[in-house]
Amino acid sequence: MGNYAIETVGLNFNFGNQVIVKDLSLQVPKGSIYGFLGPNGAGKTTTIKILLNLLKSPSDQVFIFGKEINSNRIATLKRIGALVEQPAIYGHLTGKENLINRCILLGIKKTKADEMLSLVGLTEAANKKASKYSLGMKQRLGIAQALISDPELLLLDEPTNGLDPNGIIEVRNLMIDLATKHQKTILVSSHLLAEIERTATHVGIINKGQLLFQGTINELHLLSKPVLEIEVDKIESASSLLTKSGYEIIAKTEKIITIPFTSSQKSGELNTLLIQNGFTVSSLYQQRKDLENLFLDITKTN
Amino acid sequence: MYALYISLVSEFYKSRKTLAFWAAILLPVIICGLISFGFYSDAEKIIANHYPPMVLWAHYSGAALGVMGFLIMPFYVIFMAFSVNNIEHKNDTWKMLFAQPLNKFSIYAAKYLYAVLLIFICLFLFATLTYAFGHLLQVLVPKLNFNQYNPLNILVNSYGKLFLSSLGILSLQFILSLLWSDFLKPMGIGFIGTIMGIITANVGWKYAYLIPYSLPALSLKMTKVKKGGDPLDFPVFTQEIWTSLIYALVLFIIGYFIVTKKSIK
Repeated sequence: MGNYAIETVGLNFNFGNQVIVKDLSLQVPKGSIYGFLGPNGAGKTTTIKILLNLLKSPSDQVFIFGKEINSNRIATLKRIGALVEQPAIYGHLTGKENLINRCILLGIKKTKADEMLSLVGLTEAANKKASKYSLGMKQRLGIAQALISDPELLLLDEPTNGLDPNGIIEVRNLMIDLATKHQKTILVSSHLLAEIERTATHVGIINKGQLLFQGTINELHLLSKPVLEIEVDKIESASSLLTKSGYEIIAKTEKIITIPFTSSQKSGELNTLLIQNGFTVSSLYQQRKDLENLFLDITKTN
Repeated sequence: MYALYISLVSEFYKSRKTLAFWAAILLPVIICGLISFGFYSDAEKIIANHYPPMVLWAHYSGAALGVMGFLIMPFYVIFMAFSVNNIEHKNDTWKMLFAQPLNKFSIYAAKYLYAVLLIFICLFLFATLTYAFGHLLQVLVPKLNFNQYNPLNILVNSYGKLFLSSLGILSLQFILSLLWSDFLKPMGIGFIGTIMGIITANVGWKYAYLIPYSLPALSLKMTKVKKGGDPLDFPVFTQEIWTSLIYALVLFIIGYFIVTKKSIK
């Protein structure tokens, strides 16, 4: 337990009769960037709200830095910075005032506000009303608010929402920086795997409230089985020949037949078989299923 | 206590640029200003009436107290209860507030206390400005006899009663505004309640004091009745005041339980 920043043990959560989170056992190692993945409505935001004690979890199911959350609410919250859904910003205050208000609530020095503004690149817009901010600027301000107390654990709910490509890259680099240089633990949720893939060290995939995969990013890569894609003419008769010869066809388009990849030798044999039977094979190559499809697969079967 | 203090400071910081905060200052300035201007431009007629100094003060301060007690005060309280909560509803910041390392009671109590404080400031200014403008009128129109009577006791007692009697409404409206994010529901209920309060207070219904909305009007009515005798004789802690304070306390506690159970969607 000591090595986890976040650990949930068989966490269940319902809204009335509706099951939102079911038997969820998250294990977020200290110092990791944990990509919390799942389609919309999978239960990601609910889980993050439980981790912030905004929604009350059953006792002895949620542990933050090894401490049960309900009985250590304030001590736990002191170590967490969070951005949940849309950033919580007072529209009638300026960006800087929003940060100063947060400093007041946290009992920290107000000079922190300027520091954070420059960190997220909002110094020039510091004295502009936050309601006049663009979506991306609001998101940056939300990130600044999450970071202002210099917390050990960051919970970021879709932090790149509404950011332009430049902003996305900046946030990505900021996260990597925080984890590697400042030893922060970051849990970042997203519904886009490509987004997570570039930063996360660990991944948890959730759908309909259940954790379908949890492990390092490499373990996730290993899950994706390689396939053989064959580009061939007369596709219908080619595929019936392959089926007859005992090959399993995964997918078939107008030009390409996909079968599981076993070895290079088997691929060669298959090529010979097709050519001997009068087919023209224009290409034959090994393909690793990309993570995006893998993600779709994992969440589809559930 | 520290959590309560910083929550209170934050409430002030958040609202200092909003109408809710400025209303506490502008309302007394405008109303007292208008009444004083009225007295100033009508000074000839008033002097011709040859009021004794105490009656003159009663007329002058009663002008503000009358409007306040019956109409403005309940609505002002409803508006305060609404705006203190609405600042979080509107910006969707409840979740941020409750994710801070502060106990929930401090956050809730600070909001409530802040609303109480704004109402207090508003009524305090009313009393102060009535006193100050009265003496200003005396300087501008030396023939008036404001300087021959010290109205401080009447003012303090009346506004003190008004303040205490409005706390019941505040607690009730505070819960309504906490539960509903829109303007119309708490405002609508408050409006109906206020009308009911005015009617029941005026017809002198035996149980009118059980309706929080009628309490400010009731508490001032007592003041007026007694004005014929010694104005300093009326008790501050009457039945209305006790009812208001009990309402305030009970509903404040209920409100806290609502806050702790409140799901942050």
